[in-house]
Amino acid sequence: MRADGPRLATWLLLGPALLWLVLLIVLPHVDMLLVSLRLRAGFGQYQTSAVHYLAFFTEPLYWRTFMRTAVMSILATFLTLVIAFPVAWYIAKMVRGRVRSLLFLACLVPFWVSELVRTYGWMILLRETGVVSGFLQWSGLASGPVEMLYNDVAVMVGLVYASMLFMVVPLVTTLDSLDDSLIEAAYDLGGNAWSVLREIVIPFAMPGIVSGCIVVFMLSLGNYLTPVLLGGKDSMWFTEQIFTQFIVRFNWEQGAAFGVLLLVLSSLIVWLGLKLTRQSFTEVMR
Amino acid sequence: MSSPSVPIDLQCERLCKAFGSHQAVCDVTFEIPRGSFFSILGPSGCGKTTLLRMLAGFLEPDAGDIRIKSRSMLGVPPNKRPLNMVFQHLALFPMMSVGDNIGYGLRRRGVGADEIRRRVADVLERVGLPGAGAKRIEQLSGGQKQRIALARCLVLEPAVLLLDEPLGALDLKLREQMKIELKQLQQTFGTTFVYITHDQSEAMVMSDRVAVMNHGRFEQVGTPQALYDAPLTPFVAGFVGDSNCIDGHLAGGSQGQCIVTAQGLDLAVVLAGASPVRAGDAVEVFVRPESIEVARGVHDMASDNQLIATVETVLFDGANSRIEVCGRTNRLDLLVRLPQTHEFADLRRGDIVSLGWMSGQTQCFAARRREDGGNP
Ligand SMILES: Nc1ncnc2c1ncn2[C@@H]1O[C@H](COP(=O)(O)OP(=O)(O)O)[C@@H](O)[C@H]1O
Ligand SMILES: [Mg+2]
Repeated sequence: MRADGPRLATWLLLGPALLWLVLLIVLPHVDMLLVSLRLRAGFGQYQTSAVHYLAFFTEPLYWRTFMRTAVMSILATFLTLVIAFPVAWYIAKMVRGRVRSLLFLACLVPFWVSELVRTYGWMILLRETGVVSGFLQWSGLASGPVEMLYNDVAVMVGLVYASMLFMVVPLVTTLDSLDDSLIEAAYDLGGNAWSVLREIVIPFAMPGIVSGCIVVFMLSLGNYLTPVLLGGKDSMWFTEQIFTQFIVRFNWEQGAAFGVLLLVLSSLIVWLGLKLTRQSFTEVMR
Repeated sequence: MSSPSVPIDLQCERLCKAFGSHQAVCDVTFEIPRGSFFSILGPSGCGKTTLLRMLAGFLEPDAGDIRIKSRSMLGVPPNKRPLNMVFQHLALFPMMSVGDNIGYGLRRRGVGADEIRRRVADVLERVGLPGAGAKRIEQLSGGQKQRIALARCLVLEPAVLLLDEPLGALDLKLREQMKIELKQLQQTFGTTFVYITHDQSEAMVMSDRVAVMNHGRFEQVGTPQALYDAPLTPFVAGFVGDSNCIDGHLAGGSQGQCIVTAQGLDLAVVLAGASPVRAGDAVEVFVRPESIEVARGVHDMASDNQLIATVETVLFDGANSRIEVCGRTNRLDLLVRLPQTHEFADLRRGDIVSLGWMSGQTQCFAARRREDGGNP
């Protein structure tokens, strides 16, 4: 009987979280799964079928789009990591006090404006009549207007920019807990910059690296605005396919199947990534 | 100072280091013969870590020279110096096993895998933890971590091993045990140890020679006995071992035996220290609690200095029990070591005791300026 009090309190505390989880995550996904598995046989008549899933594997456009999205997202994740690591190192180890808060703020500032406006900022810079093009013409490096939008590089730049904060924060947190004397000890025992980075710093920061990578990968994979606005109509992003099915073709069943596939396949990629780097999910989330 | 047959492993000459306007290490000169245990003893903040970090190469000295086996170390980075350091919190790598921790330095030197395995097993045996190589760091107890941190450095056979208060985090019992163990390990490996600590008992028990450091300077370098018996400065007299510090004025005499008046009492003392003292100057007189003879009741103690006093407090601490007493006719407060005899077993507050000590067991110094701090 005595355990009832705390147990009740636990449920009351967990209640809102569970409610949120069930209403906004589990329920829509169950519904999506059900929708994706039905086939419209006639007006208002449905039967169960896996035909929409088959379509994904038989129609090259679909799975090629997915593969392209996945590869681009992995690349974006990798680039974000490579750029964010020195930044996080600088924030965690080199600066103290005010400068540190200011740098953190600088990482946060882009998120004060909406995603749409942020992406539009890149368009202003990169388009044919944009700032960069204008500068190149003014300085004589280019003879005519240069179009830098609507290609993969533009998409990559946008994705990395949008993901920066989600990589920097977990990295700063783990690097912060890395005792400086560990690095000094490694130097003292004969290590050099490269071996200390490889054998001490990166293994220590692994939980932060992995959680940052998972978040950035998932965000890039599920991003819609950046690839569409910076990559143009033919950016071939998988979320665009889902959008097309739901909104343009009004084919809710196919869209739902893509949604489920996106969830399953991205989880599979994350699982594979964890296996390949020999990390366990529970350890990362500690 | 050392016999010429023993080669000098580490030599420092007029080392200085300032942080801004704060002189952390100032004009430090010393040399350590091969295979000896050298301690640097001083209160926290006196610059010990700064000095050690200069030796290890993490800080560049402002002035002066460091020589290991006669080779100057100025400009040599930490990973190229033939010395290793045991850090204050040990700094064992948490992501590696015990064996990988110890093998790290050997791997960096490009030693072959078989050779590494053999030497790691060998050093683990020598520090008394055979077969612990596969364990994870968090599985070890405090004392075991200590030994692994030592093994990680000793496996590289450094010319000099630096230790920065490595016993600070251990509890008292383990610390006592590790003191003895550390000394034994130093003797079996024959490595030169430079050990820094703020705990005078650690320094006294383990060291061949001790340097007492204060405000970035070495006050005195000598064997533990020399520091205890013949301190050269009032700071050393107060810091090494327990001591009563009595403020007074020199009444007469100038060399050897002198008379000091303190709290209306005339004390026979022996002048020590380098600063000259003249009659009328303020002086500090140090008497160790264990140098004072005690008898119950009023007696003639047959000593140069005698005092009848009232017991204020009995501080029972087994073999190290002491009493705080206060002079009956003056306000002289003294700490006196209580002999472990039946006679004193029922000594209580308010009892009368007779005290006596010889002038040869006192040290009298010119009083320090206030900013040097009083008796710690
Ligand atoms: N990197 C630094 N910058 C500024 N002051 C420092 C630095 N390191 C140490 N100090 C100062 O130098 C003095 C000596 O410090 P330290 O060598 O750590 O003393 P100890 O190890 O004897 O306790 C202290 O007053 C400390 O505040
Ligand atoms: Mg220190």
